[in-house]
Amino acid sequence: MNVPKIPIGKWIESLEAWLETNAGPLFEGIKLVIGSTVNGLADAFNFLPPLLMIALITVIAFWIGRTRLALFSLIGLFLVYNLGYWEHTMETLALVLTASLISILFGVPLGIWCSRNDKVQKTVTPVLDFMQTMPAFVYLLPAVAFFSLGVVPGVIASVIFGIPPTIRLTNLGIRQVPADLVEAADAFGSTPMQKLYKLQLPIAAPTIMAGINQTIMLSLSMVVIASMIGAQGVGADVYRAVTQAKTGVGFEAGLAVVVLAIILDRITQNLVNKKREG
Amino acid sequence: MAIIEVRSLTKVFGNDPKRVYSLLDQGWSKERIAKETKQTVGVNRVSFAIEPGEIFVIMGLSGSGKSTLVRLLNRLIEPTSGQVLIQGKDIVRLNAEELRQVRRKTISMVFQKFALFPHRTVLENVEYGLEIQGVAKEERRKKAKETLELVGLAGLEDKLPDQLSGGMQQRVGLARGLVNDPDILLMDEAFSALDPLIRKDMQDELLELQNTMRKTIIFITHDLDEALRIGDRIALMKDGAVVQIGTPEEILTHPANAYVERFVEDVDLSKVLTASHVMIRAETITMDRGPRVALQLMRDRGISNLYVVDKSRQLIGVVTAEDSAAAIKSGKALDEILIRDTPIVSPDVLLGELFDVVSSAKIPVAVVDDRQRLLGIIIRGAVLSALSGNSGSEAGESR
Repeated sequence: MNVPKIPIGKWIESLEAWLETNAGPLFEGIKLVIGSTVNGLADAFNFLPPLLMIALITVIAFWIGRTRLALFSLIGLFLVYNLGYWEHTMETLALVLTASLISILFGVPLGIWCSRNDKVQKTVTPVLDFMQTMPAFVYLLPAVAFFSLGVVPGVIASVIFGIPPTIRLTNLGIRQVPADLVEAADAFGSTPMQKLYKLQLPIAAPTIMAGINQTIMLSLSMVVIASMIGAQGVGADVYRAVTQAKTGVGFEAGLAVVVLAIILDRITQNLVNKKREG
Repeated sequence: MAIIEVRSLTKVFGNDPKRVYSLLDQGWSKERIAKETKQTVGVNRVSFAIEPGEIFVIMGLSGSGKSTLVRLLNRLIEPTSGQVLIQGKDIVRLNAEELRQVRRKTISMVFQKFALFPHRTVLENVEYGLEIQGVAKEERRKKAKETLELVGLAGLEDKLPDQLSGGMQQRVGLARGLVNDPDILLMDEAFSALDPLIRKDMQDELLELQNTMRKTIIFITHDLDEALRIGDRIALMKDGAVVQIGTPEEILTHPANAYVERFVEDVDLSKVLTASHVMIRAETITMDRGPRVALQLMRDRGISNLYVVDKSRQLIGVVTAEDSAAAIKSGKALDEILIRDTPIVSPDVLLGELFDVVSSAKIPVAVVDDRQRLLGIIIRGAVLSALSGNSGSEAGESR
C-alpha cells in the first residue's frame, strides 16, 4: 500500500508564512519589548565598573546565601573579569534574566490555571512535553523568521525551552497543598483569590521556586545555541571557539557560563530557604 | 424555631443519582448499589431539626456518612438533593457569594486534623476568618487575642502551629472557629486525633465554654463515650442514613433496633448515667405532722424512712420508723427525732462516683438540687441494677 507522505513540514511552513504576513506588527511589538529589555539590562550591568559590580553581586550572595557562596562569587566573577569575558558575561546574564522573567510572567499564571482546571492541565501537559523534547535548534528557524537575527529570537527560544518547569511545578505545588487546608479556607468563606494568595501560593512557594530555578538553568543552557542566530554574549565566544577549534578559548568562555550558572542556581535556591526560615 | 433543619438530605457520589434513588426506594442496600452501579450513597435521605444552643452529636462508624453529612451543612460538599434550612433559609439554593457570607458570619468549622495554616502564626490563624472579611487589622488582632485567651492560649500568639502540641493546636482550631462569633459551630471529629486524657479535658472545656457561649454545636464523632458525654441529642448513623435520634438516655435505654443495641452494649454506664437516672421518688412529710402520722405513712408504703421537707420541698432531714415508734411512746415531737445530717448528692453526679456514698450510707441517699430541694432518693440496689443495664427503663419511668 502506498500512502503518500503526510505534508507536516509543508503545513508548518505555510503556517509560518501566514503568521509572518498577518501578525507582523505583533511580532514587531514583541521584538521591541524584549530587545529593549535585554539591551537595557545589559547596559545597566555594564554601566558600573566591573569591580564594583563584582562587589555588589558578592554582597547579594552573602545576604541571600552564606559566606561560601559570597566567596565563590567573588573569586569566580573576578576570574571571569580577569579572563576578559566580563562584558559578554553581563550580556548573557541580561539574556538569561529576560528569558527567565518572561517565563515567570507567563509560566506562573499558566501553572495556576492548570492547577485549578483538569482540562487545562490535560491540554497543557503534552504541549510542555513537546516543547521540552523537540530539539531546541528547531525553534531557531521560525524564531529567526519572525524576529530576524539577534538577541530576540534567542530569548524566545530560551523561553520556549525553559518555561515548562515553572508551569509544571507551579501546578504541582498548588495541587500538593493539603486538601484539609483548602477545605478550611473554603469553610471560612474565602474567595478563590483569597485562597490563592493567602494559602496556596505561600505553601506552594518552595516548589514554585524550584521550578523557577530549573527555568533559569535551562535558559542558561540555551545561550550557546542562541548565539548561533546572533545573540551576543559569552555564548557567542564559546560558539566561535568551537567553529575555530580553539580549545583553550572555548574552555575559558565555557568557564564563565559555569560560574554564572552556579551563582544563579545557589542564589535562587537559597531564596527559598531564606523565606522558609523567614 | 429550629436553627438548622435538614429535610431529606441526600448525597450520591456518582453520575446517575436518579437510578440510585429508585434502587433505594426498592430497598437496595448501600453495598449492593455500590457493587452494581459503581455509585456511592454518601448520605441517604436524612432529616432532623436542631434547636439553638443545642449540642447535636452525629455519631457513626467510619464510612457511615457522618463526615459527608456535616459537609453538606455548609456545602463543602454539594448535596444531590434535599434542603438545609439555616435560620429558615435554604442554603442549597444560595449562590456563591451568598454562601460565602453564610460561611463567614453564621457557620464555622473545626477540623479533625486541625487544618491550621502552617505558614501563619497562631494569631494569624485565628484572625483568618476576620481577615478575609476585610476587618481592620487592629480590630481583628484584638478579637483574635481575646478568643485565644478564651481557649487558654494567651501568650502563644506568635508561635507557629507545629511548635504546639496536638491539644493546643486544636484549641487554636477552636479559636479560629469562634473568632467571628458564628451561631453554628461544626466540629468534625474535632477531638478524635487527641490522646484520651487530653480529649477528655477538651470535652470538659467545650462544655464549660458552651455554658457561656450558647452556640449551636454539631459535633461529629465515632466515639460513643464522647457522644454520650457532650451530646444533648445524638443522631446515630449507619450506611448514610440516620438510625435513631434521641437524648443519650433514650439511645441507651430504648435502642431503636438491634444495630443501636449492639452499638451501645459495651458502654460503661457508670460513666454515662447520673444520679438523676437512678433516683426514685422520695416519700416525704412536712414538719407540722407528728410521729404518729409519720409511722402510719411508713407502714402504708412499707418503708422504714421518711424524708422531712418544708413547704418549698427543701430537705430538712429524715425520720426512721424505729425512732417514730419510740417517739409515740415517749411523746416526743417530730423535730426531736429528726436526723439532720442525711447524705445528699446532686443530680448530675455520675454513677461511678455514687458507689462510695451509697454503699456507706445507712439510709437511701437524697438527691437535691442546688437550692437544697429534694428531687428523689437513691436506694442501694438501684445503682447496681442500673449498671447491670436492665433497669434503665424503670429508672426512666420513675422520674
